[in-house]
Amino acid sequence: MADREERRFAEVSRDSVKLMAESAGLELGDDVAALLAEDVCYRLREAAQSSSQFMRHAKRRKLTVEDFNRALRWSNVEAVCGYGAQDALPFRSVKEGELFFVEDRDINLVELALATNIPKGCAETMVRVNVSYLDGKGNLEPQGTVPSAVQTLSDDLLKYYQQITRAILGDDAHLMKVALLDLQSNSKIAALLPYFVYVISGVKSVSHDLEQLNRLLHMVKSLVQNPYLYLGSYVRSLVSSVMYCILEPLAASINPLNDHWTLRDYAALLLSHIFWTHGDLVSGLYHQILLSLQKVLSDPVRPLCSHYGAVVGLHALGWKAVERVLFPHLPAYWANLQAVLDDYSVSNGQVKADGHKVYGAILVAVERLLKMKALSLSQPAEGGAGGQSGSVVGGLGYRVSSPGLSPPPEPLSEAALGIASHLQAGGAGCPWEEWTPVPLPDMYTELYSFFGDSLAVRFSTGPGFGSYPPFTPAQLGEARKDPPGPASNPETTRKMPQLTANLNISPRQDGSPRTDPPPPSLAATGSGRSLARSSSSSSTSSVQRSKSSSSRSGQRSASLSREVFPKSRFTSPQTGPPAFTFLIGGRQMGRRCQGRRPFQTTFAPTPPLSAVPPRAYAHKLPVIGRVGKPVRRWACSHYSLYLPL
Amino acid sequence: MTLHEYHQSGDRILHGWRFPVLNLAHAHFIFKMAAVQGGLVDAVEEKDIKTEPSNDSGGNNNAGEARLLSPSPGSSASAGSAKSTTGAPEDQSTLLAVLQFLKKNKLTESVDILRREAGLPEDVLDSKGTDSSGAGSGAAADSADAAGGDASSLLSRVTGSSSAPAPAPTKAPGEDQPDVNVVLSAYSQQGDPALYGVYYNGLKRFIESVLDCHRAELSQLFYPLFVHMYLELVYNNHENEARFSGDQECYYADDLRVLSSLTKKEHMRGNETLLDFRTSKFVLRISRDSYQLLKRHLQERQNNQIWNIIQEHLYIDIFDGMPRSKSQIDAMSGSLAGEAKREANKAKVYYGLLKEPEIELPLDDEDEEAENEEGKPKKKKPKKDSMGSKSKKQDPNAPSQTRIPLPELKDSDKLDKIMYMKEATKRIRLAPDNLPSICFYSFLNAYQGLTAVDFTDDSSLIAGGFADSTVRVWSVTPKKLRKVKSAADLNLIDKESDDVLERIMDEKTASESKILYGHSGPVYGISFSPDRNYLLSSSEDGTIRLWSLQTFTCLVGYKGHNYPVWDTQFSPHGYYFISGGHDRVARLWATDHYQPLRMFSGHLADITCTRFHPNSNYVATGSSDRTIRLWDVLSGNCVRIFTGHKGPIHALAFSPNGKYLASGATDGRVLLWDIGHGLMIGELKGHTDTIYSLKFSRDGEILASGSMDYTVRLWNAMKAYDDLETDDFTATTGHVHLQDNSQELLLGTYMTKSTPVIHLHFTRRNLLLAAGAYNP
Repeated sequence: MADREERRFAEVSRDSVKLMAESAGLELGDDVAALLAEDVCYRLREAAQSSSQFMRHAKRRKLTVEDFNRALRWSNVEAVCGYGAQDALPFRSVKEGELFFVEDRDINLVELALATNIPKGCAETMVRVNVSYLDGKGNLEPQGTVPSAVQTLSDDLLKYYQQITRAILGDDAHLMKVALLDLQSNSKIAALLPYFVYVISGVKSVSHDLEQLNRLLHMVKSLVQNPYLYLGSYVRSLVSSVMYCILEPLAASINPLNDHWTLRDYAALLLSHIFWTHGDLVSGLYHQILLSLQKVLSDPVRPLCSHYGAVVGLHALGWKAVERVLFPHLPAYWANLQAVLDDYSVSNGQVKADGHKVYGAILVAVERLLKMKALSLSQPAEGGAGGQSGSVVGGLGYRVSSPGLSPPPEPLSEAALGIASHLQAGGAGCPWEEWTPVPLPDMYTELYSFFGDSLAVRFSTGPGFGSYPPFTPAQLGEARKDPPGPASNPETTRKMPQLTANLNISPRQDGSPRTDPPPPSLAATGSGRSLARSSSSSSTSSVQRSKSSSSRSGQRSASLSREVFPKSRFTSPQTGPPAFTFLIGGRQMGRRCQGRRPFQTTFAPTPPLSAVPPRAYAHKLPVIGRVGKPVRRWACSHYSLYLPL
Repeated sequence: MTLHEYHQSGDRILHGWRFPVLNLAHAHFIFKMAAVQGGLVDAVEEKDIKTEPSNDSGGNNNAGEARLLSPSPGSSASAGSAKSTTGAPEDQSTLLAVLQFLKKNKLTESVDILRREAGLPEDVLDSKGTDSSGAGSGAAADSADAAGGDASSLLSRVTGSSSAPAPAPTKAPGEDQPDVNVVLSAYSQQGDPALYGVYYNGLKRFIESVLDCHRAELSQLFYPLFVHMYLELVYNNHENEARFSGDQECYYADDLRVLSSLTKKEHMRGNETLLDFRTSKFVLRISRDSYQLLKRHLQERQNNQIWNIIQEHLYIDIFDGMPRSKSQIDAMSGSLAGEAKREANKAKVYYGLLKEPEIELPLDDEDEEAENEEGKPKKKKPKKDSMGSKSKKQDPNAPSQTRIPLPELKDSDKLDKIMYMKEATKRIRLAPDNLPSICFYSFLNAYQGLTAVDFTDDSSLIAGGFADSTVRVWSVTPKKLRKVKSAADLNLIDKESDDVLERIMDEKTASESKILYGHSGPVYGISFSPDRNYLLSSSEDGTIRLWSLQTFTCLVGYKGHNYPVWDTQFSPHGYYFISGGHDRVARLWATDHYQPLRMFSGHLADITCTRFHPNSNYVATGSSDRTIRLWDVLSGNCVRIFTGHKGPIHALAFSPNGKYLASGATDGRVLLWDIGHGLMIGELKGHTDTIYSLKFSRDGEILASGSMDYTVRLWNAMKAYDDLETDDFTATTGHVHLQDNSQELLLGTYMTKSTPVIHLHFTRRNLLLAAGAYNP
């Protein structure tokens, strides 16, 4: 049967038939199994063929389990039960036996029965008419809006809406937190979504009030995080509200005492979060965002705070966005910025301070661009392998960490991490084709010409970075070689292999290092404290904050060099060797992923070089998904740096 | 041709009427072959036409029934065939075969009775036995040299009268195989399996090397030849030799996918599509020149294998004149059984409309005065006259008024007609520069799956069939739906009062919609009766149900289809309805009969949609075998076969004047057909997904098509007719050259809000209503 391979069918292999027979307690010969397998394949195809008829006549595009069962009934076969659920059935594998199975979790009926969020049941089927085209021309209603007939607001919902909006926009911080939490987890507010979106679109009218803006942004965050909400085309509206906060010269920013910079940072993070989690709902969203950011950046008339917003926005969207938009634009922009920074007149003082902020933001963005690019170049072939499992873990990690609604002044660093893990969800498979990337050395040279030593410092401080690129495969191997932790915490091991390494190294940490606040044990040591504090904010915000206190670039760079690693949560309590290896384990996510983001940060004392090849380690990773190929999941996206302490 | 073949036909007689017909077809074919050889062309053609109708109609009515019932050998079948003896020589030879079988099975009594009835001499059988064996061996010898042999002897064997030798079954008695085996055993081993590929490739090389003008025609051979060779190999367990070559026309891809999954003899047994492929001959239309070329080639190469297949499984319809071009062939091919034979579309079709019943004017006036407020009598009078005069002229193409019995008009029907005329006077005249407005009826929250929609003709009600087995009816006017009161309450009302019709309704039940429960499977077809009193629904559970819209209860469940019923529709005059489903038989029913009046069988795959002609005398059925058939309700005959679609047909629509038929399929194309001439007259390309609904505007100028691709498209149907009027409809070859003018004919594309369009309806004033389920 040489032609077997050419056929494009799913086949049930002879081994599978044997295995199934074994599980039923039968022993089959090879020839019998082969015959059976062939027949099973044919019957399956036959059933699939006839089930597609039911699909066509039901005027659907999606083949349902029911269709298939009807087809089975035609051929006098009993229907298969238990597959009618709407949720996807995850396909898991057992590492040892190379077995795959559909996960079939036990359902706690008691819990289900006593659950409080009882689905209400769907509304009554109804027919509504609207005049779509008058005289064959024109369209009276805008496309894409949900027909209003779907939503009939009950009194309860209305009351809920009023309470929530009042709580969020009111004075009571505690009430606000409760309201936001509920917004984030309530399963029945789908009908209210348009109203909330409308409220949020009110950002334009409160641009003088930083506090209100902040609250509205938190409302966005809660809505985005609510797993029961389908945002659909409202994503666009939310994005435009958030973009407003990032880019517009807000009325509040006239007063230099107002910290609108933090707001912009937060909004930028939120933007990237929305994009990575819901970007697939609106096609071309990524490009629209990039375009509008670019437009702002290239408009010299705009105030510096808008430019700052554009830069942090790009930074939050990933290094590819920076490379794509900011980097090519830098030469032109530099001249303007330089002019501002070089003007020492007193009247220019405020503008100059703003200029420094922009400068700092660009520096941070560019710096990460360089690092990530170097990283991606050094390991071009690896990646993607661990994408799917990574996405699952990332999603979990995010959900776990998010309930602690961080108060406004502390930007959601955790969210930023979570965003990264959702990278694969980002729609708009970024068409990078038409654009040729600048080779890394050229890029570095060019950037060096702008930033001079303030850039160079970052790569030359550590003893390991004599040359560029900053690390070698050997170092990577060394970073990676820590064996996964003992079976102390199997669940964590399964979800997040790189965490276990952490547990080994810092045994005094209780539980996962992802717990939000720095553990008290860390607070004891001075250096650890400073690091921990900086880590509590995102890199961008920390940069600007540190900068606000420093005026000289040299100092700034020195302080910045510490905060390059803001994600570190703790230092090793013992005094140990002076150099630490930071392991910022991210993953390349998913199929459509173009960028990569740090996902989890750990750092470890540099272990002595050892000869364990990365592959050997990779084999030890528990594998979800394909078993045949060893998965080197985080090989591509973690990097090690030396931190001078 | 061979002795073996005659065994087949001998056996088949036992299994119902269908098989004698097949036998005829074979004999007929042999006859033709011989004639071609001998140059007796004219005689052959004449004969062709004469025998053909019986060939086609044989599959209908009783025959269809016989086929559906399990074939029972024995006296009942023979009695049936005895009745069919009408004196034709072919029938006589059939009869002889039956006698032979009976005798073989020692049913001497039956033999005697049958012989007596048929008036055959006693010695007829004995003489036949020896004769035919001789002829059979002769035929076997002939088969070595394919078409060679003594043409005249072949001729005489077929056309000869009672003296002609009948086939002699020489197989052992008790060879009473099931139907399938009989059919498949024609695939017995006939050559070295390893050489099949060589043969096929040899033919391919030859066809590729012939002149361009012939290549396209001969290329048609590839697909059927390939399929038959493949099946033959699989049947004989040479699956290793049964390899796939991927060079078939793209529109056969679906079939080939099914085919390629088939690798075992056992698999063929249950596959009905294949059985049909076997039992019905694949029809090819080839010009005489091309055919001669092919024959010469095969004779030179001694390529018996291919020649045998061509003879046994293909029907080559030869025509004189220019070979057709590739595009012409592509336009017509694509169906499961090849093109339609020319003869199949020769029957006269009365496509004209029936004369409108004359409605007494006094009633009209009264009515107008009584309840018409906005009416302007002055304006209406002349129009009505014109309509009246139009209806007085008898359309020469119309069937006679009483061709099929139609229900009498009730008073309420007359009232409705009057309403219709009134509305018609306000109708907007559509034109390319005056397109209709479109209203979209969205089914919201239809999570259970909307599968079918229908509007009443006056657009006052809309009904939906759902996958959860329910049928829901909505009123789209402010008038609520009310049930009739219960019997006890009805006794109380004053039957003499003027508003008795109003009094019988139960106000308490008034609601905007009603749900009808009764089916046990998804409802795939739904149709309102013209008088709005009834609703039909057809379902996956194999039944068609008739619901009353007065009581909102089920009145009748029509059982007959054993498999899902994909579509059903009321006749435009009510009373009759048509249904079709997975069992490949369309049934014509009357509402007061629990059994079908007619059964239309002939399609090779599921019947996916059914439509009545505006004059109720014909029905059209579209099928998964990618053909459309038009059936005569009176005789049950198939009068038109339209081929050209490349996918299952899911939408049909007759033009209001009854002259044209539009069809839409999964291939996203709409084809227009001229019913009178039996020709394709237009191809409308533009949709990117299955077309689920088609509708002509009330005047027939505009054709609207709705599709799965979320669009409604409007086409200039007028222009499509006009462009063709100049063409040669009368040409003997009947090949229309279609220009690709879809873009000119497309008047507009209208997007919905991610809602597939599954039904379209023009109101009486030419407002276009579309319906579908909104599922975000």
